[in-house]
Parts: sequence; C-alpha cells; structure tokens
Amino acid sequence: MSEPKVKIATCSLAGCFGCHMSLLDLDERLFDLAERVELDRSPLTDIKELSDCDLGLIEGGVCNAENVHVLMEFRARCKILVAIGACALNGGVPAMRNQFDLKDCLEESYLRGIGLVNPQIPNDPEIPLLLDQVHPLHEVVKIDYFLPGCPPSADAIWTFVNQLLSDQPLALPYTQIHYD
Amino acid sequence: MSEDQSFMLDGRRVPFQDGQTVMTAALAAGIYIPHLCFNPEFAPHGSCRVCLVKVNGRVQAACATPAASGQIVQNETGELREIRRGILQMLFVEGNHVCPACEKSGACQLQAVAYYVGMLAPHYTHFYPRRPVDASHPEAVIDFNRCILCELCVRASRDVDGKNIFAVQGRGIQAHLVVNTTSGKLGATDFSLADKAAQVCPTGAILTKHRGYEIPIGQRLYDRKPISVVGDVATVAESKGGRRHE
Ligand code: SF4
Ligand code: SF4
Ligand code: FES
Repeated sequence: MSEPKVKIATCSLAGCFGCHMSLLDLDERLFDLAERVELDRSPLTDIKELSDCDLGLIEGGVCNAENVHVLMEFRARCKILVAIGACALNGGVPAMRNQFDLKDCLEESYLRGIGLVNPQIPNDPEIPLLLDQVHPLHEVVKIDYFLPGCPPSADAIWTFVNQLLSDQPLALPYTQIHYD
Repeated sequence: MSEDQSFMLDGRRVPFQDGQTVMTAALAAGIYIPHLCFNPEFAPHGSCRVCLVKVNGRVQAACATPAASGQIVQNETGELREIRRGILQMLFVEGNHVCPACEKSGACQLQAVAYYVGMLAPHYTHFYPRRPVDASHPEAVIDFNRCILCELCVRASRDVDGKNIFAVQGRGIQAHLVVNTTSGKLGATDFSLADKAAQVCPTGAILTKHRGYEIPIGQRLYDRKPISVVGDVATVAESKGGRRHE
C-alpha cells in the first residue's frame, strides 16, 4: 500500500497571489508533488472549508478582520504552519500603509481620489473591517517555519517542501534565500 | 614591534601589527567577520554589534577590540551566529525595510549580512516607525526608514569631506539621523555625489537619484555570492555594482 498523502492547505491573506504563482512555477515538478500531497482548502482547489491538515502554507500578512479569522483557523487545523513570502514575514508592501493613519488612507482612496464619482468610504457589512495596521503572521499566531522572498522562487519552495516532507533539516542554498 | 605577534582565530594563527584590531587583522588575513558600522577607512564606531566575537571566552566587538598576542578568538560558531542573527533581526524591525520596494536590494550590505547569518525572518514585533523620506536634493535621496545609525555618512562627511552634513540626534530608541541645516533638508546643504559620504552607506538609506533598479535581479552584487566572498558594498567599485567611485 502506498503511503498516505500529506494534506496541505494554502491561502493568500494580504498578499498579491505572487507566492501562489511561484508555487505553480514548479511546473512539471507539480506532478511529482501531486503524488505525495493532497490539497485541501486552497485557491487552487476552491475548497472553502478547511479540514485538519498536516501543513498550512500562508502567503500575505494580516490587514483585516477576516485575515485574522482565517489565520487562526489555519493555526488551529494545521500541524505545521509556514509563513511564505515577504508580506507574511514582515507585512511587505501592504504594510507601507502603516506610515499613515487608516482614516487618511481611506480618505485618500475613496474621497480624494482622482476621477471619483459619488465618493464615499465603503462600509457594507460584507466587507471585512480593516485593521489599523498591517501585521506579519508571527505577530498574531505561532509560525513554525518562514520562507522569505517576494516571491520565494519555485526552486526555493521546492527545496523547502522536499526537506520538510522528508524530515531533513531545513537548509536553503545561498541563492535561494532572498528578501525580494 | 615584534615580527611574530599573533592571535588564534577559529584555530587559525592570525598575525597582527601594533594598532590593529581583531577585525583589521582578520581582514588582512582574508578572514571575514560580519560587520556593518565598520569600514577599514574609518575609525571604529562599535555601534552595530554585528561583529561580536568571543575573545578569551568573552563576547566583544571585533572592530573595537585591539589585537593582542595570545588571544583566543572565536568567530564562526553557532552561538555567535545566533547572537548576530538576533541583532540583525532587531535592526530590521526597528526600521522599515521593504526590500522588494528598495532600489538597493541585492546590493545592500544589511541584507547581505542577514543572508550570511541565515536570517529567514525578522522574528520580533515590528516597530513600523514613521520616518520621512527626504528627496529635496537634486541628485540624492535619503530614506530614513532604512537608516541603521552606523554613522558612516556622519564620519565620512565630517572627517573626509570636511562638510559635517550629517549627525545622529537623540538617545536610545529616540536616536535618529539628521541633516545639519535649519530646515533639516539635504537640498539645503552642499552635499554632492562626489562626496565620500555618498559612497559609504551600507543600506538603501542614501541613494543616487535617477538610477533605480539598474542591474537585473540575478546579477546584483550579492545575488550569487555571499558578502564574505564579494566584500562590502563600499569597497566594491560602482561599475561592479558597489558604491565606491573609481
Ligand atoms: S536598505 Fe537593504 S534591508 Fe533595507 S529595505 Fe533596502 S535592501 Fe532591504
Ligand atoms: S544613512 Fe546610511 S551611512 Fe548614514 S547612518 Fe544611516 S545607514 Fe549609516
Ligand atoms: S562592525 Fe563592529 S560594532 Fe559594528
């Protein structure tokens, strides 16, 4: 009997999906990966409900109430939780708004923006409330591993996932560690 | 001065001359000790603490410790690597380092030293300080978000350029870099790109205007080889992706 597959969930919080694109950049290595893992909740499967997983990969920082909720759920259901990419690690480009008050950001975008018709700040109850600052994941829940990069290259993801799945010590070669 | 003065560094005999520090003697022997505020052309500053080594069992800054005969110095140990990593992480969370949006990325000494000590993430809680960007000068821009207070620009401007344009004001967490003019703006000074002060910043805090992202990713100074091999950004010529004027 073949070994049971490792169950992986992924999501993008305050990110740009670049890290997920990098994951897809694994190209033909994805076939190899598919032999060993099964995807649970992920933008790639469109499964909405998270079940208990071995591994959770999270891209993006935390910028709104829904992000916090999803992150806590991932922490509760994933045995190992990994922060992937600059935004998950330090807030990244979205955290550049931390230089300004939230009110000023909203007014700049929705009241003072060029060419706005009927300017108003969106407040539909369906829209998650923004946090006053963007935060990296480790400031909200415990993170087990960090993979830097904007995005991390497919090679870095491949090295990392292989070492993790085969219980090897994690060690990325020099050219696979970068913050941009 | 005796000819055979030496100390031991990670089991290797390192000769030195009077007046040399553990750092300068190691450098002369081709041994890399990670550092940020040290630059061989200037008097040691001892502020960043990245160069911590163990001298006879005691943790000391290599750049500020005079070399002495018979010293037993440890440099590349797991313990020191961890201390250095912690210092780097503190430097990162204390400022705002958005590397993907920084023109110096790939040729930044702060980043390169962080890679060298294996820093994967900043670990600590981010301060997200609110600091200005000064673009008032026609040729250069200062992004205070990236300043690590190494005072290399201060030293270069005062001691080499004779202009005394920069200073560090305030103490402890209040310490910050200022420009010595009434307006506090670089544009109001006689700062020039030919200044030594324009060639020494180890980070992306002082940048030349109109030249962002010139070198493609993969070919930048520290993209392929670590800083221990490549050397400091201030010692590498501009044409090779560093800061030094030829
Ligand atoms: S100065 Fe260096 S560490 Fe800071 S943002 Fe720029 S590249 Fe990154
Ligand atoms: S601007 Fe650069 S050289 Fe000057 S103190 Fe800051 S980091 Fe050092
Ligand atoms: S290099 Fe020695 S303290 Fe900064």
